Amino acid sequence: MVQFTPQPHDKPDDPGYEERLVAFEARVARGDKVEPGDWMPLDYRKQLIRLIQVHANSEICGALPEGAWIPHAPSLQRKLALVAKVQDEVGHAQLLYRAAETLGKPREELIQELIDGKAKFSNVFHYPAETWADVCVIAWLIDAAAIVNQTMMAEGSYGPYSRALKRICYEEAFHLTHGYDMCITLATGTKMQRDMLQDAVSRWWKPIMMFHGPSDKESKHTVQLMRWRIKLKTNDEQRQIFLKKYVPKMFNLGLKVPEEWDLRLDEETGKWLYNEPDWAEFISVVRGNGPVSEQRLRTRRLAHEHGLWVREALEAAAGGRPVPMPTAQRNRVAVEN
Amino acid sequence: MAVALSETELTGDRRSAIIDLLYRLADDSLIIGHRESEWTGLGPILEEDIAFSSMAQDKMGHALAFYTLLHELAEPNPNQLAFLRSASEFRCCAFVALESFADGQQSPPESLFNNPVRDRLVSQGDWALSCTRQFLFSEADAVRMAALETSSYEPLAQLARKFRGELKYHTMHGRMLIERLGAATEESRRRMSASVDTLFPYALGMFETTKWDKLLEAEGLAPAECTLCERWLEEVGPRLRAAGLEIPKNAEPVCGGRIGRHPAQLARLVDDIQQVRRLDPAASW
Repeated sequence: MVQFTPQPHDKPDDPGYEERLVAFEARVARGDKVEPGDWMPLDYRKQLIRLIQVHANSEICGALPEGAWIPHAPSLQRKLALVAKVQDEVGHAQLLYRAAETLGKPREELIQELIDGKAKFSNVFHYPAETWADVCVIAWLIDAAAIVNQTMMAEGSYGPYSRALKRICYEEAFHLTHGYDMCITLATGTKMQRDMLQDAVSRWWKPIMMFHGPSDKESKHTVQLMRWRIKLKTNDEQRQIFLKKYVPKMFNLGLKVPEEWDLRLDEETGKWLYNEPDWAEFISVVRGNGPVSEQRLRTRRLAHEHGLWVREALEAAAGGRPVPMPTAQRNRVAVEN
Repeated sequence: MAVALSETELTGDRRSAIIDLLYRLADDSLIIGHRESEWTGLGPILEEDIAFSSMAQDKMGHALAFYTLLHELAEPNPNQLAFLRSASEFRCCAFVALESFADGQQSPPESLFNNPVRDRLVSQGDWALSCTRQFLFSEADAVRMAALETSSYEPLAQLARKFRGELKYHTMHGRMLIERLGAATEESRRRMSASVDTLFPYALGMFETTKWDKLLEAEGLAPAECTLCERWLEEVGPRLRAAGLEIPKNAEPVCGGRIGRHPAQLARLVDDIQQVRRLDPAASW
């Protein structure tokens, strides 16, 4: 793959930039898809790489809490479904890194930035999955929240990302069914199972409320992203869609949202009202100060490092022919003991 | 040609022999599938992560199908068989139960909030062991299933024919990796060669003779284990040599699994599998 080097005409100080920008924005406003070889503002490229990278990173970090429960899945059917689901997540990461590569940044570099702590991943995967019920809540409510986000992003202006998301959403719909089924089983099960599920919902509610990102008042990227149709709904709009669809389902299963959120429906507007999450805490979590941020990155780093010999050998075996995998670089990260 | 038997005609020793065979097939499938799924999310490269998860699902699916046949022969249901038996009741070989850790790395792993096994896999695991095992196991699986396609026990023959399409990809995957990793770099050669040395005696144990061997063969139910072992050696020997890997001389098979004598690793694995289910074995999960 060819690494992208910014050209003068991609930058705002180039004399023809304004004209190209007007034409670009008109195209995007018409609903045209932007394709890899097309001219695009440097900032559009950078914002997309950032978003796709966070998304891809979240898929491979999300594989960790769920993967941890594969060995303990309590029936053959659950075990099969969970392996399939986590396999899908890893497949999504592969697809998304490929989409990011079309913008000129190689997969190896994208992954390296993740394990160096320079690139973010979703807030929800900075928290531990403590019980089997956590896996059920992740598969239902967090996948539901993700689908709200990804269905919207799938309509976005960048062709390769939009197409990858359509395929991802298709698979996520199965995950959601699987998650909902697991939650129904616990919610209609024994008292121990119901308590286990409620406990998981109570612990996960905060990260779930934060999942779509800071409120519109605080979100710094939203305006620009919406003008370029990278994003089509604000964070708060996405949160409302999620709450509207899933809170009634939760209530139907007898689940409660912790009281401190004061979650209530405004009958007149149809909007859910709640106590605003602590956005400073959200920022701190995604910057790597969450309960298990360090362990997630360390796990990824060790897996990457222990896999180096495999990547090098596969590359050597290909005898210099191109192989569908990132270049194995000898830039081992020091293992601190 | 042997006459196809339906399950109602199964009685006496013939019935016992088939049940024992199905337990061996089912338990091998479940345990290798479980071991392969331990790498899900932790693989050395995204493509291999996906490949291992995919093969793990196939093998767990095979286990479910074999357990279902057992249930049709009045044994407990598949989930009771997988989740409520003690380790000594399993009939898998030691080969599939082995953990993927290099020798001498038995200190407790750091806590990474995955779970104890996966924490250890990510900090001390050796993917070369898993990938060599996948090659050796899939070749045996393919040889065994090809033979069972003509078993006189028709329900089993049907499954064997059904699995053929999936197993083709397992052997392709194993062969591709052995061929590429065997001699690619000094490090890969060293790791793969050490894995073959470690695993080979256990791999021979896949073909542990059982007291039912003669009957199974005479009734056209399944070939004798020693016959399968010979066919397997014909497949793996040349492929290992072509990859620059040596079969260890005078390797003695590690047996016992078929009569319920297992390494401690299986007991740990069974505890892992059953952990959640045993919180309330009567509940629906």
